[in-house]
Amino acid sequence: MARDRLADAKDYYDVIVIGSGLAGMTGANKLAKAGRSVLLLEQHYNFGGMATWFKRPGGHIFDISLHGFPVGMIKSCRKYWTQEIADSIVQLKGVRFDNPQFSFQTTFDRVDFTSKLVDHFGIAPQTVEDFFNAARAMDFYDDQAMTTRELFEKFFPGRTDVVRFLMEPIAYANGSTLDDPAITYGIVFSNFMSKGVYIFRGGTDKLIFMMKNALKQNGVDLRHSVCVDRICVEGGRVTGIEANGRTIACGAVLSNANIKTTIEKMVGEDKFKDDFIAEAKAVRLNNSSCQVYMGIRKGETLDNIGDLLFTSVDPEFDSVRLCAKDVTSRTFSMYYPDIRPGSDRYAIVSSTNANWDDWAYLSDEDYANEKEHLIKTTLDALEKYIPDVRSKINHVEAATPKTFHHYTLQAQGATFGTKFEGLQVSMDLPKQIGGLFHAGSVGIIMSGWLGAINYGVIVANEVDSFMHTSEPSHSKERAAS
Amino acid sequence: MGDLNVKKIILDIISIVAPDADLSDVKSDVRLRDQLEMDSMDFLDIVMELRKRYKIEVPKEDYPKLASLDSCVEYLSPKFAALTPA
Ligand SMILES: Cc1cc2nc3c(=O)[nH]c(=O)nc-3n(C[C@H](O)[C@H](O)[C@H](O)COP(=O)(O)OP(=O)(O)OC[C@H]3O[C@@H](n4cnc5c(N)ncnc54)[C@H](O)[C@@H]3O)c2cc1C
Repeated sequence: MARDRLADAKDYYDVIVIGSGLAGMTGANKLAKAGRSVLLLEQHYNFGGMATWFKRPGGHIFDISLHGFPVGMIKSCRKYWTQEIADSIVQLKGVRFDNPQFSFQTTFDRVDFTSKLVDHFGIAPQTVEDFFNAARAMDFYDDQAMTTRELFEKFFPGRTDVVRFLMEPIAYANGSTLDDPAITYGIVFSNFMSKGVYIFRGGTDKLIFMMKNALKQNGVDLRHSVCVDRICVEGGRVTGIEANGRTIACGAVLSNANIKTTIEKMVGEDKFKDDFIAEAKAVRLNNSSCQVYMGIRKGETLDNIGDLLFTSVDPEFDSVRLCAKDVTSRTFSMYYPDIRPGSDRYAIVSSTNANWDDWAYLSDEDYANEKEHLIKTTLDALEKYIPDVRSKINHVEAATPKTFHHYTLQAQGATFGTKFEGLQVSMDLPKQIGGLFHAGSVGIIMSGWLGAINYGVIVANEVDSFMHTSEPSHSKERAAS
Repeated sequence: MGDLNVKKIILDIISIVAPDADLSDVKSDVRLRDQLEMDSMDFLDIVMELRKRYKIEVPKEDYPKLASLDSCVEYLSPKFAALTPA
């Protein structure tokens, strides 16, 4: 019989965090530092959620979601984690575009984007300046009616090449489309433009190891391989959770699981008001992804061809085409040995956006064939940048929306949480049920490593405030200590 | 509690939540955001520190009252006073 990972858990915690994605871990850490007793439960045997990695025989190691994040990660990691974690964050300077409309390398920041827009695309400097300022001025409380398509149409009418340059990388970074609210674009784009793209040196495995240590040091009770079945609610208030056939009481629950799963499966629709359920049901999930992982044989080397390659042979950028199964638009993330100091190994990960429906309902045979096809077309595309690449690779495998669903339990394998409206539902949760909170990829702007970490902190503050003001659990806390 | 003390407490907290901020010459009547490199996350951290250290709760709708040192003093002094009835 499997070991009961909850065997020696206490009967009561101030806060139980469900899920160890970056939002869950950061929320747990912040709450523990604020003096709360915290239990963190993760269904998988690894912590980190989508911030994860895997190893394969032959010394291969692959990062899933370590392609790049904005400079803001340095500050957030220093404040909410440790100086040491912040110190491992380094800039990626070689970002390349190659498609039928343009081909060049950029440092992916405002200065270089400005010169590309002016010199390469021939846009008036004032227009570029106005565009950057408009994007940067956007915030959550703005008018949300304007779409990203309209934003581009306003500044760069008819310029499909400029739209591709400005939009394609962001569509990979957060799954947003031209029809999403412009603020989802403006916030994420401006975050990147402030100083470029960054990555964690040491790999995802090292980051999660360091985070786990920090959590332990701050007194968080960490348990992996424990799947929470139910969140218990009595009289409109959270009382605890059920897992492994056991009920553990708590003052508040912070769910890092998918927002819809939290509401519909873990709490149950009957516990909420009807109009809230209707709103929650209307929340659209974001798209999923496919990836191909290519491990370079030991002893082989690769020339530096850039860190991130946005490649495509599609004539123009198209949000719908970007998720299609026969998409030719893909990002190649190049992992040279310096990503893991001390290693001499290379790896390449290709990422494309993808739809759950295109992959979820195939027969076993069709699914296997489609995966093979994905691998073949990816390698074919890579040949252009690394001649004879097949001879250098000795491990290759693919992940699909089904794979992401399997490992993270994210509904429909959504890699970037929900569309914009999900944020409101997530924020309104505690108004429905006292002590019930959610933090995790929602609303496009709260997704990605930085979005998840910061949202974890924002919600931790709400949880802490709730614990402070809710008298009953306060006295309980005192009685227990 | 005197104004000076509230100012000192706030500056102390800022030095922890925004370690890069240069606090040598902070003007009391100017918005903190306009003279120090602080963002909305930093203000959230100040709110959490006030709660942790002094059990003072700043509700969301009152966050704008933490804008400058002067407004902090005005808003927080009664709250600090309520803590120390002596
Ligand atoms: C292929 C891919 C590439 C990406 N690339 C980038 C990138 O380059 N840069 C970037 O910034 N972001 C990237 N992202 C996005 C980023 O990884 C995510 O937005 C972020 O990690 C999500 O964190 P989260 O806290 O929202 O939740 P998640 O990572 O989804 O974590 C949720 C956790 O909850 C656990 N859980 C769920 N249900 C239960 C339950 N009932 N009981 C216990 N545990 C449960 C899950 O197992 C999981 O660990 C990428 C994502 C993917 C998939």
